[in-house]
Amino acid sequence: MADRWLHRLLWLSAMLAALVLGGIVVLLIGRTAPFIAQQGMELLARQWYPGDGEFGMAAMIAGSLAVAVLALVLAAPLAVALAAWLRYFAPGWLRRPALALFALMAGIPSVVYGLWGLLVLVPWINGWVPPGASWLAGSLVLALMILPLALLVTDAALAQVPPDWLHAGAALALSRVGMLRRVVLPHTAPAIASGVVLQFGRALGETMAVLMVCGNVVQWPGSVFEPVRTLTANIALEMSYAAGDHRIALFASGLLLMLVTMALLALSWRLGRRHHGTA
Amino acid sequence: MKQPPTLELDDVHVRYGEHAAIAHASFRVESGEIMALVGPSGCGKSSLLAGINRLTDTIPGCTTRGTITLDGSPLGQWPDAASLRRTVGMVFQQPNPFPLSIHDNLRFPLAEHGVPRRERDERAEQALRSVGLWEEVHNRLGRSALTLSGGQQQRLCMARALVLEPEVLLLDEPCSALDPMASAAVEELIDSLRGRYTILMVTHNLAQARRLADQVTVCWVDNDCGCVVETGGREQIFTRGRHPVTRAYCAGECG
Amino acid sequence: MVRRDRVATGVGAVLLLAVAMPVVSMVLAIWDQGHDELSLAFLLQDPRQAGQAGGIASLMISTGWILAVCLAVAVPVGLGCALYLSEQVPPGSRRERGLGFVLDVLAATPSIVFGLFGYQFLAITLGFGFSLLSGGIALSFMVLPLMIRSAEQALRAVPRAHRQAAAALGVTRTGWITRILVPSAAPGIAVGVILSVGRALAETAVLLFTAGYVLRRPDSVMDSGRALSVHIYDMAMNVPGGADRAAATAVVLIAALILINVMIRGLIRPSRAGGHA
Ligand SMILES: Nc1ncnc2c1ncn2[C@@H]1O[C@H](COP(=O)(O)OP(=O)(O)OP(=O)(O)O)[C@@H](O)[C@H]1O
Ligand SMILES: [Mg+2]
Repeated sequence: MADRWLHRLLWLSAMLAALVLGGIVVLLIGRTAPFIAQQGMELLARQWYPGDGEFGMAAMIAGSLAVAVLALVLAAPLAVALAAWLRYFAPGWLRRPALALFALMAGIPSVVYGLWGLLVLVPWINGWVPPGASWLAGSLVLALMILPLALLVTDAALAQVPPDWLHAGAALALSRVGMLRRVVLPHTAPAIASGVVLQFGRALGETMAVLMVCGNVVQWPGSVFEPVRTLTANIALEMSYAAGDHRIALFASGLLLMLVTMALLALSWRLGRRHHGTA
Repeated sequence: MKQPPTLELDDVHVRYGEHAAIAHASFRVESGEIMALVGPSGCGKSSLLAGINRLTDTIPGCTTRGTITLDGSPLGQWPDAASLRRTVGMVFQQPNPFPLSIHDNLRFPLAEHGVPRRERDERAEQALRSVGLWEEVHNRLGRSALTLSGGQQQRLCMARALVLEPEVLLLDEPCSALDPMASAAVEELIDSLRGRYTILMVTHNLAQARRLADQVTVCWVDNDCGCVVETGGREQIFTRGRHPVTRAYCAGECG
Repeated sequence: MVRRDRVATGVGAVLLLAVAMPVVSMVLAIWDQGHDELSLAFLLQDPRQAGQAGGIASLMISTGWILAVCLAVAVPVGLGCALYLSEQVPPGSRRERGLGFVLDVLAATPSIVFGLFGYQFLAITLGFGFSLLSGGIALSFMVLPLMIRSAEQALRAVPRAHRQAAAALGVTRTGWITRILVPSAAPGIAVGVILSVGRALAETAVLLFTAGYVLRRPDSVMDSGRALSVHIYDMAMNVPGGADRAAATAVVLIAALILINVMIRGLIRPSRAGGHA
């Protein structure tokens, strides 16, 4: 009767969600498997000259990693420090407006970050060390993008610290810096790391902002002031005209991104679970 | 050895915003004596303790009024809360050791207060001995403090308060989260501290108050605001309470 | 306070300023660059000469269509999936964890991958071509986890006591879900929908090769059309001297997102006062 139909309908919509993921994975693997089998290590060893049938992605893989790692190195400590500061040091009235600022930052479209990078950041770096559009520009914009969510994750982790410890610390007149270093941060580190790993995944997968400020020259990242091209930017740039093996190579880089994302997610879960285990 | 100071409260009020948790609290804890603070839940006993070592400063909107003196010198005029809290130690109802090793639970506060590294181990050992924990834990000082039993954790918290060499101890229901055996051990420990520290202890266990305390203060809730009803010697309060509230409260629980 | 703590307080304030500065700079720079172009005509005219003249009216229409398609897929599927999670599967069961895994992976998937999938599956395999339909559906895949998780949260917040009362009255499962559960969770579900709209409006990479670049006013969902976010990218990167108009479009887009933010706050406040940060 009605209940049976409803049940089927709900089941169907749940299956649809699962099918989307399954579809993505199957499609990416299905389209690229023969190509990957045929190319093998060439995909890493060669240069990227798609017109000549050379599809070496190593430089762009390195570019993606370089941009994301530097962004993480800039943003993660800042996010943790600011979250701790807002909770334990800042005057109480500042908390709400500051969190509102970070919510605003999280909601700004990545293409707007990219536009800002293009209008302000790239000319600024260019005045310092040309050409401006560079690894550094990409990492700075990305750092700004992942900072708010990393901060909110850290804040949530800090909220889980038992207040008893803080009372004990206050009654013993311990400095808050000392409490933070010896008690609070060691205890919350796994949860924070779990959240930060997710943000690293987001930085690796970001397309638009990086595309707009990195310069998009396919080359090994040497200096932070030189342009780089990331895998994501490459897909966005070349998909519109790629054909044949070139297109399949772009799908292969999409598959790689997907696999790395899943690996990072698994890592994040492990870290998060460890935290729950000992709490 | 130096005599511990006398703690005196004169017309102390603690309020959370508009709401007064306790008002007009006045009593005196003599040097080296144990004062038990008894009364129904919510009458502001914990708030009063927090007012003494200025933990109330850390709660937004919470204010303390009145004069609290140690040997006649008002606490309000102490330069900073840190030195005050070093002189006035506190132990809470729930054992709350830090998630560090047993040893570091004692060495970390010492380090924070600038005690030189070479003295720390010695003082930690002293503190553990004085709470009777040394024999039990000396061969596993590196283990996490959270692996200790509840009673051991509470004694570790006492040691952590003592390691900073306070002169006054504030104990907020230190036995109420413990089983009878552990509770007896902590009670024995408190008894052994008599004379060396001036102790103000909140307890709901009237039998314990009668065993331990030199003086007893009875609190009550009146018009949604805590107040002190009566202070007196242990025997006087338990057998010849002047105030009807005291007599009813003691009769209700001593039976 | 201890000296170390005072130092930390000062350092933190400096850090906050260091973070707030680029954000303020971003808002100011984009306003500065774009406000000369902003006018009623900019909102009401279609773009001409690859966007160098005219306005953004047709792009707003395309964006609206993409959003409509996206919601038409994401809301029913998302609500169904959320109901399945909160009503049909036992908590902690393998099916629940499996579906949770799917949602977490989808939420972490880079948007460009949704773009690739939308292109290959929707535009090519299903033959939708570069169209608002392809773009909207691809976008709906991307916002699905957000939609499902927020709807699920809203459904789980409905007190279990209501269900027992309904069961005691002999109400069927269908009746319980359609008459009591969904209506009482409606404000929370609406928050999820609005959050999804915000995410969809902000997205660019998914649309690049699903909905296309065409500036024309679309006649139907099968037409190609350019979203506002794609326009910002294209004007800034591919059109010489397009930065002003890119910035003006960004101002419009940000205004829309702020409006959405205000709506969410308005919805959250009366239903669970103080609950959300
Ligand atoms: N942080 C706080 N903010 C606002 N009001 C508080 C706060 N802490 C305590 N109160 C209020 O102050 C009053 C006294 O609380 P307090 O904890 O001091 O009582 P107590 O005598 O210690 O009770 P118990 O025996 O249960 O521990 C209560 O009415 C309580 O609601
Ligand atoms: Mg209390």
